[in-house]
Amino acid sequence: MKWIRVTATENVPPREGRALRIGPLSLAVFNTGDRFLIVENRCPHGGGPLADGIVGGNTVTCPLHNWRICLESGTVAKPCESQAPSVRTFPTKVENGIVLLALDEAQAAA
Amino acid sequence: MRRLVVVGNGMSGVACVEQILKFNHDFEITIFGDETHVNYNRILLSSVLAGEKTADDIVLNEIDWYRKNGIQPRLGVRIDHVDSVARTVTGADGSVTGYDRLILATGSSAFVPPIPGIDKKNVHVFRTLDDTRALLEKSRPGCKAVVIGGGLLGLEAARGLQVQGCDVTVVHLAPTLMERQLDPTGGAYLAGKMEKLGVRVLLSRQTQALLGNGHVQGLRFACGTEVDADIVVVAAGIRPNVALGRSAGLEVHRGIVVNDFMETSDSHIHAVGECTEHRGQIFGLVAPLLDQGKVLASTLTGNRGPVFTGATDATKLKIMGVDVFSAGSIDESEPGVEVIRYEDQSLGIYKKLLVKDNRLHGVILVGDASDDHRYTQWLRQGTDLAPHRRHLLFPPPAGDSGSDVAALPDSETICGCMGVTKGDIIQAVHQHGISTMGQLKDRTRASTGCGSCGNLCSRLLKAVAPEFEEDKQKVLCPCVPFPQEKLRDIVRSQKLKSVQDVLDIYGNGKGCEVCKPALSYIVDMVWCGDHEEDRSARFINDRVHANIQKDGTFSVVPRMRGGVTTPAELRKIADVADKYNVPMVKVTGSQRLDLLGVKKADLPKIWADLDMPSGQAYTKGVRMVKTCVGSTFCRFGTQDSISAGIELETRLENLYTPHKFKMGVVGCPRNCAEATVKDLGLVGQEGNWQVVVGGAAGKGVRKADLLVTVETTEEALEAGSLFFQYYRENANYLERSYDFVERLGIEKIRKETVYAPPATRQALLERLSKAKDKSYDAWLERLAPRPSQFVEIQPMEPMPV
Repeated sequence: MKWIRVTATENVPPREGRALRIGPLSLAVFNTGDRFLIVENRCPHGGGPLADGIVGGNTVTCPLHNWRICLESGTVAKPCESQAPSVRTFPTKVENGIVLLALDEAQAAA
Repeated sequence: MRRLVVVGNGMSGVACVEQILKFNHDFEITIFGDETHVNYNRILLSSVLAGEKTADDIVLNEIDWYRKNGIQPRLGVRIDHVDSVARTVTGADGSVTGYDRLILATGSSAFVPPIPGIDKKNVHVFRTLDDTRALLEKSRPGCKAVVIGGGLLGLEAARGLQVQGCDVTVVHLAPTLMERQLDPTGGAYLAGKMEKLGVRVLLSRQTQALLGNGHVQGLRFACGTEVDADIVVVAAGIRPNVALGRSAGLEVHRGIVVNDFMETSDSHIHAVGECTEHRGQIFGLVAPLLDQGKVLASTLTGNRGPVFTGATDATKLKIMGVDVFSAGSIDESEPGVEVIRYEDQSLGIYKKLLVKDNRLHGVILVGDASDDHRYTQWLRQGTDLAPHRRHLLFPPPAGDSGSDVAALPDSETICGCMGVTKGDIIQAVHQHGISTMGQLKDRTRASTGCGSCGNLCSRLLKAVAPEFEEDKQKVLCPCVPFPQEKLRDIVRSQKLKSVQDVLDIYGNGKGCEVCKPALSYIVDMVWCGDHEEDRSARFINDRVHANIQKDGTFSVVPRMRGGVTTPAELRKIADVADKYNVPMVKVTGSQRLDLLGVKKADLPKIWADLDMPSGQAYTKGVRMVKTCVGSTFCRFGTQDSISAGIELETRLENLYTPHKFKMGVVGCPRNCAEATVKDLGLVGQEGNWQVVVGGAAGKGVRKADLLVTVETTEEALEAGSLFFQYYRENANYLERSYDFVERLGIEKIRKETVYAPPATRQALLERLSKAKDKSYDAWLERLAPRPSQFVEIQPMEPMPV
């Protein structure tokens, strides 16, 4: 597993998300107001861009059909009957004003 | 075949014929009417005067109905004479028609008291469609209208004239309005409400003369005072039309005398409606007259069984938003009568019941007539009130409901947007113990689309969920559990300028996709744009000023005011479409061009190349003004709709609204740009504009309500602006204007906008202008974008290999 420097924290304003492309991966980096989290930028429902959703606490709501995703676990919080697969999440940390993302080889290959 | 001749094409005569058609009959029917119109609903003339309905809307039977039922209509023919020996009627056109049976349904006429000057011009009665049309032609905003008569008809006329913008005075002979239906207290409540709404009420005034030279200019009263008048409406009562009955030699007192079978003193002649007198009583309200028609139909078709026994004279009407209901006796001095009374002066509610021998004897309701059904039933059935004594003034708490939803099959789709059936809901309730609408929405997604099934869902839930709980209040969202109205107050009184402040102080500090955009709207609206904008609380469309599509791309619609463009603009649009490989260019339903399939990163570059303002096609805000060609080119155009439309769009563009706001301006009533199904429409006619609001042409179609008719374009723009700002301030977020207008009622909206006191109107316009000054073309954000607003973040180092 290797940490990659992604972007300066000021590029993601509080309570917003931004799309992030790393190689073949389309990701979304969020600033929930007190921490940064990175998930796959694809709603399990219709493939909507989660980075464009509205952030409330540690969840984001997909802009297309209002599915709500937990950014920590990647699980679908609404609708609770969905039985949809979770969204992939990625280890994230902040050091010296820079957001870092951890990728293992399996993820990198995906 | 026997010949049945009906004299009178009004409501009671034709209602009787309708009943006859339901039975087996052997009549060849001819109906004479002295008006040239087909049968119409006279009760609704006041709605025609108020502009809520057109003459066509109140037609009861089209000409086809007469033909289909083999009825010979003779319209515009007045019958002057009945020969009861030869059994013929003679028309004003000289025609002589024989009958075997004759029905006199001649109705009544307005009573015009013999006051000097009553024959002056612009003095009208209010009885027929033609009278109504004449009044509509004369009434103009600011015109001084005096109504003589404070009874039912006079007050309806006053209301209609006020809606037309007239400055209205009601003059009444008695010391109490509607003294036949109301006691002095009830009359005073009504008068107080009317005064508050801007109608002057002068009681105990006997009109001595109408003043003016040719045209009426004023009235002088017996007490010596005078009032000015441009038009006068005489509504001093009605008189049964009995002349034909007399000429036929029938027994006539005040009306044509009929027995319980609706027979007159001549066995071949019957009478029905307002021209009759039954057991000494004459009638002016519609319910007993329709009852009479049913009885007469039975008598005529050989079933001389049913009888007319008179009626409880129940009156219910709404005068300028004030409910008034009166039924039974209102004389409290009768021996043995108990009075039960309720008054709330600040709400303007007055209820009085007269009870005799534990039975309801009479009732007066002012301000709240929601309970009239109960009282009518009690009066009619002579119900013993003993078991109801504790709930006489207010109904007992509601009982069981949901019987209608119980009848639906399980496979019936309840929520069409989300495809949820009744069976799905019942299953979810049983498996998960759902007891609130909120839980039902989360579990099944029912009622989360357009929301129109919300009512049905909640009734179903009530019927099947053992522990159903009404959602406490209609709160905005569980994150910040207050009704929107309360939140608007909070934001204003606590001087909160950002969404996050509201969430931190009054909510859970987090918020969600439901409450954040709503709060964004509220802080922007309350502070007229002078708030702290928090883009994280806005939907993505309002962060990048474009409309997100299903594949995550965006659509771009530049503003094209009034749907008018130029060759240069069209070239720029074409060049942009080429340069950025725009997959589709589409003409929208709003007379604009839509560039579809644009990548987020290209948005600021496209805006710069276009150098046109944002069309706001992506937001809950001012969309556009659709216009027709108008008088500039169109040979039918009566008003310059293009200039007016461009001006309207310029004045309101860039502002946010509770939901999207679409407008239309048309230069003539042909309505080519569909202004009557827009949130705000201006409809030009010869010499004036109609300003209409609350139209819809989406999932439901709703014709816009008339707000006001005004003469100049500037007045029309101002009336439209007043409604626009009023909607901004009072509608809930995501409430379209058509739901808003239905919820509040157009009367209330008129009173608080175009007919509000000048200071109120001025304040609305000032807040609008302040918000407008703070607003700007969102596409100019391309010049100074927010951090990574449009770009995808590229990592600072490459992916490990």
